Amino acid sequence: MAIEWAIIGLVLILFVAISVIILVYVERKVAAFFQLRLGPMRVGKWGMLQTIADFIKLLMKEHIITKKADKFLFNLAPFIIVTASFLAIGAIPFALGLQVMDINIGVFYITAVSSIGVLGILLGGWAGNNKYSMIGALRSGAQVVSYELSITLSLLAMIVLAGSLQLSEIIASQQTGWWIFKGHIPAWIAFTVFVIAGTAETNRGPFDLAEAESELTAGFHTEYSGIKFAMFFLAEYVSLFIIAAVGATVFFGGWLPFHIGHWQVFNAVMDWIPPIVWFFGKVAAIIGLIMWFKWTFPRLRIDQLLILEWKYLLPINLVNLIIVSFIALMGWYL
Amino acid sequence: MDNQALNDLITDVFPTAEIITEDTQFLNAIIHPDLLRDVACFLKDDDRTKFDFMFCLTCVDYPEHMMMVYHLRSTGLEHEMVLKVKIEDRERAEVETVSDLWRTAEYLEREVYDLFGVRFTNHPDLRRLLLTDDWEGYPLRKDYEDPVNMISL
Amino acid sequence: MTAEVKEQRGIKTQEYFVNMGPQHPSTHGVLRLVLELDGEIIQRVEPHIGYIHRSIEKMCEKDSYRQIVHLTDRMDYLSANMNNEAVCLAVESALEIEVPDRVKVIRTIIAELTRLASHQLWWGVMGMDLGALTAFLYGFRDREMINDIFEETCGARLTMNYNVPGGLMFDIHPNFQRRVKEFIAHFKTKIPEYDQLLSDNVIFRERTEGIGILSKEDAISYGATGPTGRASGFSCDVRKHHPYSAYDRVEFKEILMEKGDSFARYKARILEMWESLHIIEQLIDNIPEGEYQAPTKAVIKLPKGEFYQRVETARGELGVYVVSEGSKSPYRLKFRSPGFSNLFTIDHMARGYKIADLVAMMSTIDLVIPDIDR
Repeated sequence: MAIEWAIIGLVLILFVAISVIILVYVERKVAAFFQLRLGPMRVGKWGMLQTIADFIKLLMKEHIITKKADKFLFNLAPFIIVTASFLAIGAIPFALGLQVMDINIGVFYITAVSSIGVLGILLGGWAGNNKYSMIGALRSGAQVVSYELSITLSLLAMIVLAGSLQLSEIIASQQTGWWIFKGHIPAWIAFTVFVIAGTAETNRGPFDLAEAESELTAGFHTEYSGIKFAMFFLAEYVSLFIIAAVGATVFFGGWLPFHIGHWQVFNAVMDWIPPIVWFFGKVAAIIGLIMWFKWTFPRLRIDQLLILEWKYLLPINLVNLIIVSFIALMGWYL
Repeated sequence: MDNQALNDLITDVFPTAEIITEDTQFLNAIIHPDLLRDVACFLKDDDRTKFDFMFCLTCVDYPEHMMMVYHLRSTGLEHEMVLKVKIEDRERAEVETVSDLWRTAEYLEREVYDLFGVRFTNHPDLRRLLLTDDWEGYPLRKDYEDPVNMISL
Repeated sequence: MTAEVKEQRGIKTQEYFVNMGPQHPSTHGVLRLVLELDGEIIQRVEPHIGYIHRSIEKMCEKDSYRQIVHLTDRMDYLSANMNNEAVCLAVESALEIEVPDRVKVIRTIIAELTRLASHQLWWGVMGMDLGALTAFLYGFRDREMINDIFEETCGARLTMNYNVPGGLMFDIHPNFQRRVKEFIAHFKTKIPEYDQLLSDNVIFRERTEGIGILSKEDAISYGATGPTGRASGFSCDVRKHHPYSAYDRVEFKEILMEKGDSFARYKARILEMWESLHIIEQLIDNIPEGEYQAPTKAVIKLPKGEFYQRVETARGELGVYVVSEGSKSPYRLKFRSPGFSNLFTIDHMARGYKIADLVAMMSTIDLVIPDIDR
């Protein structure tokens, strides 16, 4: 038993490491594509080994701890944030049966565990003993806590339709069609809110005030160097992956292929493509969308960000939830 | 108002002002430092002159005296003039501030203090602007010596 | 510095000071801002300058007039051509030299191209400051075309030194007219792209509208010229009020806006880009034939007296005040730099706003620190 869990743990760690390496490379290439330039091109063919080179460099850097920093918390913060991300990966279904833990409170578990990450941010900002990091950490903490609400509520709308929190059951309920199509307008609203809240949750895109380079140097991870900084970096991309994966599962049918009604030949072709390719394809599409946001829009100010959540997204979500519950009660979606 | 009318107006109100209008680009009015406050207030507030835009404030270091130079323009009436204040005592050069009349003067006067050593009484915050706070001497004066940093050819 | 501890509803608060230090990704150059903050709200901004003070004015007292021209492009390096033009015009008007028409027209075209390049860089940096990192590269892509034109004609991309007292250093390259026309055609399709990316973006508008309002009286009192002042309704365009070079023969509008907030300053510069294109279009096909330099003596000595020459750089009114005693160097040379007056409006504008707003305001004022420190 123990050996099996150890192997699974190792596979998971490897998977996370490889996916982060690929994601960082993809982000740089996508950014370059939007900015009319080439991106990394020298390290390896088309710069594919760039991230590996960067991580090796970060591993070899000196650990600088500021004089009056709180040593214990300073060292603890990156670990908390990485742990939170790892815990969430375990519950995501990659294909039929390819899931580490298929708990019956799947979605709830993922959102609960992701919110541990905010502790890492707050501790990291505080422990650096630096005004800038503290400001960045407070801003980020407020942001993450607010947007968790929106994520959960938008997911809830689909869960009401699906009838279960368990991720494999949610996918099973989409065999007749993905929720984004079956759910019509409430599903589109829920998805839009989910994507917006998801980018805000991971401190990305137009909501990256916590690490706003042009304002406060690097926000809550200003004081970190070397491998601890790499951990913050890693955690950001893993959470991005998690958000995209959850979105793909709940809205787009996880690893289910795209079927159109009774077009037999089309469906057969779609079935021929393995489910894991479908899953990663959908995740890649959502990640691409989130990356697009970052490189196009200017940043929102902290109070505009919070106003967006509390005055706009939350009421929209609640109304959406009521509509969806009504539809579910009436049984109209079947 | 053209130069002649300005000339008449100023000599009417301030007879001790020395006005030069030939061979100069603008009308120059040279006054004694004690009169600066009154002249400045008059030039800014009077309806016939209304000089509300000060576009240059500087100092020129002559061998015997220092000359404060204020370039003024009226955005409404579109005339310009130069107000000059002749400070006779180079060692203890002091003149009134005009920073409450033209807000731009607050920092321009700090720069003049920094580089020339002219003190401005009633200035809200007179300290060095461009040089470090512990710099000694006033570099733009003609008699400034710095054997380390200045190279004479 | 200590701030007093305030007591409000039984809770003690104290303001704290944050230093946006000389090295900072946002302030465009070495500028130190000491902010007095109450939470996130700014109570006071105090700029500390002088980190790049090179005593240009003192050096000018020993240099000849031809040498001074080369010093001026290091001041506001984004309007290098216009700085050179200012000194050359001062010398020419003092000596009463009449430059040929060809020179005037070419000087105007080059000045407007420089203004465009400066505004393109400003636009890119503004986007970058607010978080739209792609805007930076778009601005630079278009600016490269102007830099290439300058490299071919003037010999340099940043510190051009093309104007000399009496005319131009060499004649324009044969490709100049064709390349400028190509550039105009290309850039006319790009400004709408800029509008799409930033000006019409909801997030951008939310961050700039109503932020940092400078009223017209304050703009006049602070001496804020250029697009910063014109966005508050202060009509100060030197090209209109005191035309020089070929500005009296071209038709263009002076962009005046009323609100005086950050968005007005932004919009003023975008509209100025259109006007610059319009000016270049009117002149590029009608460059008169003639000499590219008026005859001047080898050693230039200005007659005794004082001269003030003003030009409109991309940032505002640059004034050159020369006091000459008749020798080959000026007795005193003062540069009235536009950035100096524009910078010190920041304290007045920023009170009561947040740090993020301060960054937006600073980019709309468009500062180049070497211009302030000289």
